[in-house]
Amino acid sequence: MNPFSSGTRLRDMIRAIRACKTAAEERAVVRKECASIRAAISENDQDYSHRNLAKLMFIHMLGYPTHFGQMECLKLIASSGFPEKRIGYLGLMLLLDERQEVLMLVTNSLKQDLNHSNQYIVGLALCALGNICSAEMARDLTPEVERLLQTRDPNIKKKAALCSIRIIRKVPDLAENFMGPASSLLKEKHHGVLIAGVQLCIDLCKASTNALEYLRKNCTEGLVRILRDVSNSPYAPEYDIAGITDPFLHIRVLRLMRMLGQGDADSSEYMNDILAQVATKTESNKNAGNAILYECVETIMGIEATSGLRVLAINILGRFLSNRDNNIRYVALNMLMKAVTVDSQAVQRHRTTILECVKDSDASIRKRALELVFLLVNDTNVKSLTKELIDYLEASDQEFKGDLTAKICSIVEKFSQEKLWYIDQMFKVLSLAGNYVKDDEWHALIVMISNAPDLQGYSVRSLYKAFQTSNEQESLVRVTVWCIGEYGEMLVNNVGVLEMEEPITVTESDAVDVVEVALKCHSSDITTRAMSLVALLKLSSRFPPTSERIREIVMHHKGNVELELQQRSIEFNSIIQRHQNIKSSLVERMPVLDESAYIGKRAGSSQATLSADKSSQPTSSGASSLKLPNGVTKPPASPLVDLLDLSSDDAPVSTSSTTEFLHDLLGGDLISPAPSGGGGTDILMDLLSIGSPSASTDIPVPNTISSKQGNAREPKIAPAPVMDLLDGLPSRNENPVYPSIMAFESSTLKITFSFTKQPGNPQVTVIQATFTNLSSSAYTDFIFQAAVPKFIQLQLDPASSSTLPAGGSGTITQMLTVTNSQHGQKALAMRVRMAYKVNNQEKLEQGQIDNFPPGL
Amino acid sequence: MIHFVILLSRQGKVRLTKWYSPYSQKERTKVIRELSGLILTRGPKLCNFVEWKGYKVVYRRYASLYFCMCIDADDNELEILEIIHHFVEILDRYFGSVCELDLIFNFHKAYYILDEILIAGEFQEPSKKTVARLIAAQDSLVETAQEQASSISNMIGQATK
Repeated sequence: MNPFSSGTRLRDMIRAIRACKTAAEERAVVRKECASIRAAISENDQDYSHRNLAKLMFIHMLGYPTHFGQMECLKLIASSGFPEKRIGYLGLMLLLDERQEVLMLVTNSLKQDLNHSNQYIVGLALCALGNICSAEMARDLTPEVERLLQTRDPNIKKKAALCSIRIIRKVPDLAENFMGPASSLLKEKHHGVLIAGVQLCIDLCKASTNALEYLRKNCTEGLVRILRDVSNSPYAPEYDIAGITDPFLHIRVLRLMRMLGQGDADSSEYMNDILAQVATKTESNKNAGNAILYECVETIMGIEATSGLRVLAINILGRFLSNRDNNIRYVALNMLMKAVTVDSQAVQRHRTTILECVKDSDASIRKRALELVFLLVNDTNVKSLTKELIDYLEASDQEFKGDLTAKICSIVEKFSQEKLWYIDQMFKVLSLAGNYVKDDEWHALIVMISNAPDLQGYSVRSLYKAFQTSNEQESLVRVTVWCIGEYGEMLVNNVGVLEMEEPITVTESDAVDVVEVALKCHSSDITTRAMSLVALLKLSSRFPPTSERIREIVMHHKGNVELELQQRSIEFNSIIQRHQNIKSSLVERMPVLDESAYIGKRAGSSQATLSADKSSQPTSSGASSLKLPNGVTKPPASPLVDLLDLSSDDAPVSTSSTTEFLHDLLGGDLISPAPSGGGGTDILMDLLSIGSPSASTDIPVPNTISSKQGNAREPKIAPAPVMDLLDGLPSRNENPVYPSIMAFESSTLKITFSFTKQPGNPQVTVIQATFTNLSSSAYTDFIFQAAVPKFIQLQLDPASSSTLPAGGSGTITQMLTVTNSQHGQKALAMRVRMAYKVNNQEKLEQGQIDNFPPGL
Repeated sequence: MIHFVILLSRQGKVRLTKWYSPYSQKERTKVIRELSGLILTRGPKLCNFVEWKGYKVVYRRYASLYFCMCIDADDNELEILEIIHHFVEILDRYFGSVCELDLIFNFHKAYYILDEILIAGEFQEPSKKTVARLIAAQDSLVETAQEQASSISNMIGQATK
C-alpha cells in the first residue's frame, strides 16, 4: 500500500462525518482528513489526488475552508488523464469563483484542452469556461470558442454556444463576433444546439443593437419556421414532456421572437399567425403547456400585436386566474400587472377574479393581487372595490392586515369624492383594524371631519356607536375621544341628524362614560389617555352638570407615573375647579383645520400629532372664523407633544419653530404671536398674547385680532408651583405699588389702569387695564390696541373677553406689560385705540394716555 | 438566467450548490442561510415561487430534498419548474430511484449530471436520453482509465515488493 495514502475512501469519510453526533466531533473528523489531505498535497502524491479532491469538495460543501486545495485542482486539470481532468474541473468550479486570481493560471490548461482531440475533454473545458470564466479569460479564449462553434459534433457545438453566452455577458464588445455563427446555429436540427443557439441570439440582442437588427433581418423567418415545426411535430419520445414536444424549445423561440418583434411592426405581423396558433392549440392542463402559454402571452404583450391577439392573451390570463393551481394564479397576477399598463380595460373585466385572489390562502398571491387591485382602482369602481376590501379586512390574518389597511386607506383618500363616503369607509376601517391604521391616516380623517361641519354630528354619533363594539382598536378610540370632546353637544342633542341615521339617545353621562372607559382601559396608551383627558376637560365645559364627576375622574390621575398625564390631570383639575370663568373659552370649538396645508405638510411633518386643543375661540355670534395659535408645542423631541402642552423651558422658546409647527397643522396665516421687539419671546406671550403694538410687529396680523383669555400659566414640573401660579393670578394686583389711573374716558367707554412692578425689575411694569361700558348697549368684538414710543416695549395679553355688557354691569380686563428702557429718564406714554361693534355697527375710539404715575 | 442552484435537505443541510453568478464564499453562506429560512418554512399548499431581493427563487420539494433555483425577475418561472423536474428525472434514471442518500455519497456524479443540463445558467439539453448517453460515455472513460491505472500499479507494486 502506498505509504502516503490517506487511508479512508471517500465513502468512508462521508459515513464517518454523518455518524458524528455533535459539531465538535464533526470538526475533529474534518480536521483529521484535512491534515492528511494537506500532507498528501505537499508530498505531491499522485495516486490519491483524485479521491482527495473529492473529499475536499465534500468538506467544502459542509462549509469548512478549503483554500489549500485550489492548487491541487490546477494540478489535476493539467494532468493527462480524463478522470483527473474531470474531477479537477469540478473542483475548480466548486472551490473557486471568478474573482480569484488563481483562476488565471488555468487559462493555459484550458487552451490546451479546448484543442484536445478527446471531445469529452473539450466538453469539460467548455463547461468550466462557461461557468466561471472571468473577463480576461473570456477575451483570451474567444478564438478557440468561435472555432468550436463550427465543429460538427452537436455536443461540443451546444456547449460552445452556451460558453459564448458567458463571454458576451462578460465582454459585451465581443458580441458582434458571434452574430454570424449564432444565426447559422438556428439552421441546425439538433434540439440541444437549437436551444443553445436561440439562447445565444437572445443574449446577443440584449448586448448589442446591431446584433438585434441583424438577427431581426435574417432570422425572423427561420424562427417562425422552427416554432411551427416543433409545434406541429408528431410524437417524439425523446423530447416529449406531458404530450408536448420539447416545451423548452417552444419557450426559447417565443422569447427570442419577443425580442425581435418588440417595436417592429413588420416582424410582429410575421409572427402573428404562429402566435395565435400556439396560443390556441397548446394544452393547458399540465405545467409544461402552461409554461408555453405564459411565454406566449408575454410575447404577445411585448410585440406590436393585433388587438385580436391581445384579447386572446388576456383571455388566457383570465383562465389562468381561475386555475386551481397556485403557481398558475401567481404567474397570471404577475402578468396582469404588466398588462394593466398596456390594456387596462381588458384587465378590468377580470376584476372580480382578482378580488377573489386577494382572499387567497397563499401569502404571495394575496400580495400580488392586492397590488394589482390597487392599480385597477378608478373612479367608477372604487366604491365596490373598497367595500370588498373592507369586508375582507375582517377576515384577513394579522400579517396581511397591515398591508391591506394601508392600501385601503390610500385608495379611500385618493378617490373619495364625497366626504360622507370617505368618513364612513374610514370608520369601518378603524373599527375593523384600527390598530393597524397609521397616525397619518387618522389625522387626515380628523382634518376631514373638522372641515365638514354638516357631518360632524353624524361622525360623532357613528363613532359613539362604533366604540360600543370595537373599543380595542386604538385609533378608533382616539378619534372617538377627540370627536366626543369636540362635538359632544352634537352627540347629546342629536344635532345634524342625517336621513339614514338611526336615532340614538345619548346622555351627557353616557358620553363621559365613553371617555372614561378610554381613559381607564388597560390597553390605552399614553397618547390615548392624554387625548381622553383633554376631551374630558372639553366636556366639563360643554356639559356643566358633569363637571364634578369629570373633575374626579381627572384627579384620579394626579399621581400618574407618566409625567404628561400627571401634568394634564393637575392642570385641568385646576381649571375645572377654580377657573370656570375662563374654562369655556379655553375649550371652545377648534378652528377648522386647513386641509390642503395639512396634506401638504404631512410628508414633512414628523410630529403628525394633533395640535393642541387649547384654542379658545370666542365665538361671538357671527364672528368670522378666527384663527388662533394653539398650544405651543415642545421642540420635536417628545411624541406626546401638544395637547394642551404648556410646558415651557426656562429659556424662552423661539417663536419660529413653534409657530411653524402651528402653521403646519392649522394652516395658513395664523397669528404668530407678536414677539416683542427683541426681547425674549416668552412662551406665555406666544400662547396668549395677541396684542399688536404697531411699532414692533412685523408678523402679519389678520384683520380681527381676537383676544384670548390670558392666564399667565407657567406650568412647572412639580405640581405645587403650578397651583400657586394659577392661584396667584387673580390676585396679581393685590398690592399695587402705584396708584391706578383713569387712562381713558369717553361718554361710552372707560379704561382704568392699575400697576404692579416686580421687585427686581424696575423697568418692567405690569398694567391691568379694565374696560367698562358706559353706554346702554352691549359691545361685542371688543378689541384694544396700544402703541408706545420707541424706547418702550409693550406686550399685550389677551383680554378676558370680547363682550362688554352694557351699563357697566361687567368689565373686560386685559394685562399689559411695558418695559421702559429709559426708566427713570422718560415717563411712560401710550396711545390707545378701541374697536368694537355696537348694534351691529363698528365703532372706533382712540386716545392718548399721558397721566401715568411717575417712576414707571 | 439561473443565478444559482441549491439542493437543501429538510433540516437545512446543503446537498449541492452551483453558482453561475459571482458570489464570494461569505456571500454564499449568507444566501444559503437566508433562503433556507425562507423556503423551508413555507407550507405545502403555497405556490412554488418566492420573491427574494429582486430575484425570484423557484423551488420544488421532492421527498426530503428541496430543489431551488434563483432566476431573474423577468424569467419564466413555470419553465424553471420544468427544468427542475427534468434534472430530477435524469437523476432518477441514472441512480435508479434516486434518494437523498445517493446524492450525498455520489455528490460528484450529481454535479456531472447538472453540468450536462445547465451551463452559464442556461439550459443545455432537452433530451434525457442524450444526457444519459453523454454521462455514460464519460463514466466508461473514467472506468477504463482507472482499470488501467490499477493494473499498472499492481505491476509496479509487484515489481517493487
